[in-house]
Amino acid sequence: MNPTLPILEANHLRVEREGTLLLDIPSLKIEKGETLALIGPNGAGKTTLLQTFSLLITPFQGALFFNGKRVGTELSVLEYRRKLAMVFQEPLLFQTDVFNNVASGLKIRGIKKNEIHERVMEQLERFGISHLRNRSARTLSGGEAQRTNLARAFAIQPEFLFLDEPFASLDPPTRDSLLVDLESVLSHTKTTTLFATHERLEAVRLSDRVAVMNRGRIEQMGPPEEVMNDPATEFVASFLGIETMLKGKVVRKEGGTFVASISGKEIEAIGEVDCGEAVVLCIRPEDVTLSSSPLKEKTSARNVFTGRILRIVPLGPYQKVHLDCGFPLVAYITHPSQKTLSLTEGIEVKASFKATAVRVIKKG
Amino acid sequence: MDLIFQGIKKAFYLLVTFDPEVMGITLLSLRVSGTATLISLLLGISTGTLIALTQFPGKRFVVSLVNTGMGLPPVVVGLLVTIFLWRNGPLGFLGILYTPMAMILAQAVIATPIIMGITVAAIQQLPNKLRLQILALGATRVQMVWILIKEARLPLLAGVMAGFGGVVSEVGASIMVGGNIKGYTRVLTTATVMETSRGNFDVAIALGVILLMLAYTVNLILTTIQQKEKNR
Repeated sequence: MNPTLPILEANHLRVEREGTLLLDIPSLKIEKGETLALIGPNGAGKTTLLQTFSLLITPFQGALFFNGKRVGTELSVLEYRRKLAMVFQEPLLFQTDVFNNVASGLKIRGIKKNEIHERVMEQLERFGISHLRNRSARTLSGGEAQRTNLARAFAIQPEFLFLDEPFASLDPPTRDSLLVDLESVLSHTKTTTLFATHERLEAVRLSDRVAVMNRGRIEQMGPPEEVMNDPATEFVASFLGIETMLKGKVVRKEGGTFVASISGKEIEAIGEVDCGEAVVLCIRPEDVTLSSSPLKEKTSARNVFTGRILRIVPLGPYQKVHLDCGFPLVAYITHPSQKTLSLTEGIEVKASFKATAVRVIKKG
Repeated sequence: MDLIFQGIKKAFYLLVTFDPEVMGITLLSLRVSGTATLISLLLGISTGTLIALTQFPGKRFVVSLVNTGMGLPPVVVGLLVTIFLWRNGPLGFLGILYTPMAMILAQAVIATPIIMGITVAAIQQLPNKLRLQILALGATRVQMVWILIKEARLPLLAGVMAGFGGVVSEVGASIMVGGNIKGYTRVLTTATVMETSRGNFDVAIALGVILLMLAYTVNLILTTIQQKEKNR
């Protein structure tokens, strides 16, 4: 097999219904083992994209390739579908017990009974639902049902996995624990994954690349930090909110805090991490304080940087200030403060934020 | 009151003595209605699933027609089947008028729309995305349809009960196409009608009680299966 060949490739994909354009993807390549997050508002085309890629929506224009083979001609639709697994927001379990639900994809493939047993038990174990195996799917809680759904998807050992907002209808604690489990399963199996969500932090945490969708099109695609820090379009910027996201490595730990190196600068943050671990630090613009240099009053903020103002953009009652501190940083400031500090583009200011204001995303 | 009591006593007597004529009538009822229900199941579930799963122009019209068919008056069915099976009717060459075969045919015509209508409703009430999920699990079209039918098994069982209940208790069509011939096409309902018209209320009540028990037993079995499934 040619190693440079993407596992999935779409060319000139278009879906139209009753004259409305639902999806327009000129080209999309997905590498083996990567996780691509699709983010965007409702109706952006995330679900349509996933369902077109799994050939559940027909007809569509354009071509899909799996490992270079054209789906529909060189590879039959059924063969292609048997390489994928799909997880919807609703668990969509069958009216039988948990074991048989997880086994359903394997039964459809006509796999032998003892192998089914082995593979199902492995997945039940992996998602922590072994004790539920004889329970009726109807009696499960939302979290248990979605675990069963994920186990069913992984049981078929898919070449690639489509997740359509799998956690959207779960309560936050359940969602977090499932997210942790999914993250570890994905890093273990290295299953190629397309993941639709409207939670941007979920996307950043799980994905290698993020594609921001709007009106059936991909507005921007790239590594999460790049998309977050450098939105290509106004839509991307407004949908993502303006948040600084910095990729770095943990260099030291001091008690409960740690220091991460971000393009040569050191930022202090709080969290349970290991030295050398890759992290993404998120800083909300409202947590950044600007002052004219030199710093007069004492501040509890440990992170103080000198930065040059690149741009000032009016944003309702605030001004949005883009800074270059050796890394990109965005701050909000009120109109009166801007006047007192006499901030203009091009000048240097001191920017500070507390260690507690930094949100830490681990990128294992 | 005495009349009813006498009738029940007689029914009990006929049952415990295994009265050959009553047994024959009961078994024929069971055979005719059972076979008709089975045929209706095959036709009703397959066609009903097809209607539910495909989109075609005039679908609403067809579904309305099926639903109307659920209330098809047995006498009208009897009349139509008689016309078809009449010696010089379109199916006259079969020569099955006034045979159990004709009764099975007529009862199948009555039960098929009942089971079909319930199947359409049962399949349509399954979540739309379930189809997509089954296909995404790698199912062929045939596998998908089979899984959907299995998912709808509880309402479909209700359909079986409604279909069987409808035909086992029906009299108009059976008497028209079967002719109530003693020992050949006489079933519980037609026998009840005859005995009542003759003034033999005790026998009529006995037959009626047996009919009720038959219907009850069959439904009890199906309901037990249904409730067991439901609590799984």
